[in-house]
Amino acid sequence: MVFFFQNLVNALQWGSFYALIALGYSMVYGILMLFNFAHGDIFMVGAYIGFGVATGLVALASMGALALPTWLILVLTIIITMFLTSLVGMMVERVAYRPLREAPRASAAITGLMVGIILETGNLALLGARRVRFPTLIESTTYDIGGVFVTNKKIMIVVVSLLLMLALDQFVRRTKWGMAMRAMAFDYAIVPLMGVPINTIAALTFAVGSGLAAAAGILFGVAYPVLDPYMGIVFGWKAFVAAILGGRGSILGATLAGFLLGFIEIFVAMIFPSTLRDLIAYSIILLILTFRPHGFFGEPYSARLRL
Amino acid sequence: MSLSVENLRVSYDKIKALHGISFRVDEGESVCIIGANGAGKSTTLRAISRLVPVEAGTKMTYMGSDLLKYPADKVVSKLGISHVPEGRRIFGNLTVMENLMLSTFARKNGKKIKVDLERVFSIFPRLEERKAQKAGTLSGGEQQMLAIGRAFMSGRRMMLLDEPSMGLAPLLMMSVFEALKELNQEGTTILLVEQNARMALQFAQRGYVLENGNLVLEGESEELLDNPAVKKAYLG
Repeated sequence: MVFFFQNLVNALQWGSFYALIALGYSMVYGILMLFNFAHGDIFMVGAYIGFGVATGLVALASMGALALPTWLILVLTIIITMFLTSLVGMMVERVAYRPLREAPRASAAITGLMVGIILETGNLALLGARRVRFPTLIESTTYDIGGVFVTNKKIMIVVVSLLLMLALDQFVRRTKWGMAMRAMAFDYAIVPLMGVPINTIAALTFAVGSGLAAAAGILFGVAYPVLDPYMGIVFGWKAFVAAILGGRGSILGATLAGFLLGFIEIFVAMIFPSTLRDLIAYSIILLILTFRPHGFFGEPYSARLRL
Repeated sequence: MSLSVENLRVSYDKIKALHGISFRVDEGESVCIIGANGAGKSTTLRAISRLVPVEAGTKMTYMGSDLLKYPADKVVSKLGISHVPEGRRIFGNLTVMENLMLSTFARKNGKKIKVDLERVFSIFPRLEERKAQKAGTLSGGEQQMLAIGRAFMSGRRMMLLDEPSMGLAPLLMMSVFEALKELNQEGTTILLVEQNARMALQFAQRGYVLENGNLVLEGESEELLDNPAVKKAYLG
């Protein structure tokens, strides 16, 4: 039982990463009918920007220019990084996707792959092949709760992720921008007739998704400090799986599917040798999709909704 | 003159949909364009709303502004031309209230929005009863009311209506047209396209007849109702 709860904590942490990234995938897919295959690399860019911001703030603090406690540095890092990565996401939309809005969807999809490669190799060109280390912003403390070991980092990661998801839910549900996003997901072509500038909403969708991926990048850096330019690839694919599993454009679906992925991976690894983890985990997902091809909350959609 | 369209040409791929039509709508007027299925009626409205690209040589102005300089959302938010599209196209995943409020996206003045909302609810009390309901659960008639109410909420000076009678039972159709008449009398300019020629001509002051992408007839509604060619082709 203790063993189970120990793994549950780990699954929640991994699920947080997957879910945060899957949300951006799912929103772009739902609202713009676009698979943004560069999204995993936006996660990577977010982790690196976070690394830069955190390193800078730590340096300023140690020089005495800023008297900040490390937890505040973490909060600032998350906010600044989310903002900067949002700009990167908006730029990707503007430069790579907007000119292709009327193009065949396959062209837009390979554009995503190319943007991903550009971001990865751009990072290599900029920072070189060495791996960078995310600065330690929280001293690790381990709590023993009835034999289950929980670190303060894991708690922080799960709590911050859930708060961001809640904020996203409220944003989409209660603001006029969120309302416009939901309308676009339902019937894209008619939204301009409401006086809503769809380019603004498209950019905003990318900004929000990229911001969440950036948060995932920082949280990942806090837990696993070594970053490399290709870290986004596997995360991107897995989050993509979660987004589809959750159902087109469903926020709740992407969140649940992200966590489910975390759970399946961790618990498969608990029972089977870890080399078989992904083989078995994704066979299970494949089986789920066979029986629910539209995902958890996806609805069959008509051709009219296509761009 | 509020809306002036000159030499409007639209093609889909290689097929010409409109062969250079010209017409005008004066401020406060109600005008209809009648014609058979596929004559180009919807395309005309979609061109005015800037949803489809027009060909070179087309000139469209509204209140003196060059329409071609405005993207689709600005035609609504800056010029005040709102469009009730064919098939209503309400957002079924949003509530009735959200559908109405979405078209105020670009509007600033909260007081005027409130006044407009009250007006919509006074014309269509059914919408107020169902304001918290998902719009997808409304009946066809209620969806048409919502589509009109939504266009009204955008702060319109002019409304383009694409087949508002489509799929409505006669009684419901009458009440929709009565509501449109009220809006027109309150100062909203109306351009209506309809297959239901009798209904449209009874409603509008003037009419145009569109055939295969060309305007072939125009006149006061009474004249057109008495015109033998119109009678034969459209009033059956």
